[in-house]
Amino acid sequence: MKIKTISRSSDTYLPVRNTQEAALPRNLNPELHPFERAREYKRALTATKLERMFAQPFVGQLGNGHRDGVYSIAKNMKSVGKLATGSGDGVVKYWDVGSKEELHSFKAHYGMCSGLVVVPGTSRDSDGETDDGEGEGKKKKVVRATGKLLSCGADKTIKLWNVNDQKNNYGQNLAATSGETVMEEGLMKTYLSEHALQSMDHHRDQPMFVTGGAQIELWDTNRTRPVSNLSWGADNITTVRFNMTETSVLASAGSDNSLILYDIRTNSPTQKIRTTMRNNAICWNPMEAYVFATANEDHNAYLWDMRNMSRSINVFKDHVSAVMDVDFSPTGQEIVTGSYDKTIRLYGYRQGHSRDIYHTKRMQHVFITKFSMDSKYVFSGSDEGNVRVWRSKASERSGAKSTKLRMKLEYDEKLKERYAYMPEIKRISRHRHLPIAVKKAGEIKRIEIESLKKRDENRRRHTKKSDVKFVSEREKPVVGQVHKK
Amino acid sequence: MGSTGKYERHLSGRKNGRSRDKKLNSNMKRLDNQYKDAVKSAANTDILLQEDAGFLEAEGMEKTFKFTQDEIVENVDVGTASKRFELDLPTFGPYTLDYTRNGRDLLIGGKKGHVASIDWRLGKLDCELNLNETVSAVKYLHNNQYFAVAQKKYVFIYDKTGMELHRLKQHIDCTLLDFLPYHFLLTSAGNTGYLKYHDVSTSELVSEHRTKLGPTQCMRQNPWNAVMHLGHSNGQVTLWSPSMSTPLAKIQATKGPVRSLAINRNGNYMVVAGADKTLKIWDIRNFQELHSYYTPTQANTVDISDTGLISVGWGPHVTVWKDCFKKKQQSPYMNHMIPSSQIQTTRFVPFEDILGVSHDKGISSLIVPGSGEANYDSYELNPYESSKQRQESEVRGLMNKLAPDMITLDPNVIGTVDKRQQQDRLTPAAMKELELKTKKDQDDNKDMKKLIKPESRGKNSALRKLKRKQRKNVITERAQRIESVLKKEKELRKEKADFANGVTKKKDVISDTLSRFS
Repeated sequence: MKIKTISRSSDTYLPVRNTQEAALPRNLNPELHPFERAREYKRALTATKLERMFAQPFVGQLGNGHRDGVYSIAKNMKSVGKLATGSGDGVVKYWDVGSKEELHSFKAHYGMCSGLVVVPGTSRDSDGETDDGEGEGKKKKVVRATGKLLSCGADKTIKLWNVNDQKNNYGQNLAATSGETVMEEGLMKTYLSEHALQSMDHHRDQPMFVTGGAQIELWDTNRTRPVSNLSWGADNITTVRFNMTETSVLASAGSDNSLILYDIRTNSPTQKIRTTMRNNAICWNPMEAYVFATANEDHNAYLWDMRNMSRSINVFKDHVSAVMDVDFSPTGQEIVTGSYDKTIRLYGYRQGHSRDIYHTKRMQHVFITKFSMDSKYVFSGSDEGNVRVWRSKASERSGAKSTKLRMKLEYDEKLKERYAYMPEIKRISRHRHLPIAVKKAGEIKRIEIESLKKRDENRRRHTKKSDVKFVSEREKPVVGQVHKK
Repeated sequence: MGSTGKYERHLSGRKNGRSRDKKLNSNMKRLDNQYKDAVKSAANTDILLQEDAGFLEAEGMEKTFKFTQDEIVENVDVGTASKRFELDLPTFGPYTLDYTRNGRDLLIGGKKGHVASIDWRLGKLDCELNLNETVSAVKYLHNNQYFAVAQKKYVFIYDKTGMELHRLKQHIDCTLLDFLPYHFLLTSAGNTGYLKYHDVSTSELVSEHRTKLGPTQCMRQNPWNAVMHLGHSNGQVTLWSPSMSTPLAKIQATKGPVRSLAINRNGNYMVVAGADKTLKIWDIRNFQELHSYYTPTQANTVDISDTGLISVGWGPHVTVWKDCFKKKQQSPYMNHMIPSSQIQTTRFVPFEDILGVSHDKGISSLIVPGSGEANYDSYELNPYESSKQRQESEVRGLMNKLAPDMITLDPNVIGTVDKRQQQDRLTPAAMKELELKTKKDQDDNKDMKKLIKPESRGKNSALRKLKRKQRKNVITERAQRIESVLKKEKELRKEKADFANGVTKKKDVISDTLSRFS
């Protein structure tokens, strides 16, 4: 007789001491796991419900905000925790986001501060800081991370500000303690323009910046007059934006509904398209150098490929009023838009509809939205003067997570993705509370669009095939395209 | 690396056709690769399994079915030998028994009212009850903390200490109990011919189905899809889910009444023992009989172990068959006899090589090598769980509780695409409308029922009785004529009713032979 039976030694399966962990053997044979799919679905449903329960996007506001509407926000590319904002009364503030406290406040302009940029990095040749050290004969260590702000306003001035990046939230000056000299904070330089300015942006690494207004002008930081005038046509330029990867390329949007691309290596514009309505903002994709998004007056944001501008490559719908600003997350995978309908929406880079919408009772027309440099937060500036901080994933919580929790969240994420198309899960995950005005406007807009579509359809059906062509949504915004000879 | 075969999921309706959509194609390919990787890596975990399954092999002239339990006890290790025991309980028999899902606890119920819950490995008695009432079935709920007992009139739920928690007064005259652990449904059937589903987590009667087939003879769940299999006295086995008031399927399993049935753990095979002394193996994927065996007297009980061993209790004998689903066997795997007694219930102990047998005079625990699943999954069921782990798994189980209407013949249907034609499916809006309409109709009918009182007298007046007696059961020309007129009237009535309910009249259907020309 050959015989063997299962005889488990309890020593292998039970902890000998109470400090030991119990053995948790696994057997992945599907026969031991009945109702696999049904249970997964149930877990996905619970995870979806929990996600909506934990969805609290609003983190807080920075300090007491501004006294007038916030119309410009500048990210500090080198520091996650710093932010500059400019308001309608010409005040520029520099914030420490972690403590939500104001580090600097300057009365920069008479009238509106229309453009603001944190000078990205500091370059050796341009700063003049190094000169200070050499003057005394021996080289003194100079703080290079010291921040600089450039602001422009309707008062025809551009101002360069020195701000101390090293100050932390407890008022300690890190640079001072490490024995480095700190440049004095405050106004460093003023540039005078011949016309009121509407927008500005700084080159990624060269000491030059560009301003938009009645003309689009390129400036060198070390000179007092603009280096060149890039204007093509005679209209106001409302937005200018340098490409952060392909650094010599810049794009502008004008009040004649134009989108123009320039190359500063040839000191000239390269191509221009005319859209159906005005573009309020431009943002280049930080990961794909040839892609940029625009916020349009026609309630949509558009994604463009600069190599082929005859059509947009994506349309971001859902807003019910003009989109005022658009910004890419640093990963290039998401965009955030702020709108005149007093809401902020977040989109996947390749999605057509928003994945989330943020609003509060007190938030007025949103004029500017920016992703934080770690892509976990969104900043918004609105008409009533507050600078708000939001989570970019409403249900996500920052802070250290245990491995167990992290694995659970990852598993839940996967489940939600897997069962996203189940009706119940879809309904719960898409459900949002909307302000009644936005909801009503959305309903009306949907009816309008439907009837327009129907009209087009009817027209196509009753016309000769060659006469009326179907125009895709992505082609619709483009009126015409010109290349510079 | 182990073979990937058992780790593969055979999802229905999965096609590998390519579409014109490149993005979709690449997505599908990615998913396919992910699935293949998952299967492969699952198969790779085979080497981590700690235990090997048991076996019993004969050498030379020996036959495995000739080995007695005493011989086996001599040859196995001490740990296993201690699991072979007899409980001599001559007073309150015949007994029935049940094990918890992790196999740690044993619940016994004597017909004359003796119920006991035992941690059988430690020999520790959790509780013992003398109910002074007929006990026909006992069943543990999701763990060893609660159990249900079918008593003379009602079903009761007791906790581990033996305290009566609930009297389920909806379950009258039950003789059979079962529990669906993932749905938290207690099911009962019995002499009334009703199958009732009771949600034990919310204490709600989920549904009750009238089988219309007389007292139910036996009831088991299909552990793979939670469909209840009921055996009836006309030899039929009917398959039920809580959301359907009619059986999902009916199988004419045996010629005589069905005595007992069991389904294996992956839901592919069913074993049915009939009063016609047959033991039949059915493939319930396509409802076909595979093999038929006979039992010398009619079997009382059958059970299938995790590894596919079949135990049959007939008269005083227990026979264990092996590899019955692979091919027809000539001789059984093991035999055992309990003299001058009748076997009542046999149950394999989960994750052990033990078969629990209850009979007229007590309980015996037999060693059946190779009957248990050697490697348990502690995330699912853990025979060595601590009380903390038990509590946590209870909470987890309740959080993942499946809805009763998710019980279908194919448990993997959820999350798949409804392949019916668009026009056959109802949109959610239409579904809601229909629901409202039917509800409204019902409400209307309720009012109507109150308003309308039957004007005619009852059927059984003395005169009618006399007339009925006078009427002869002869088909005459007149009777046929009247019948045809009545039939026509009935049709007209139906048409009218259909019209009123908005059911569109079918167009004249051309007879089958001509239909191909239309």
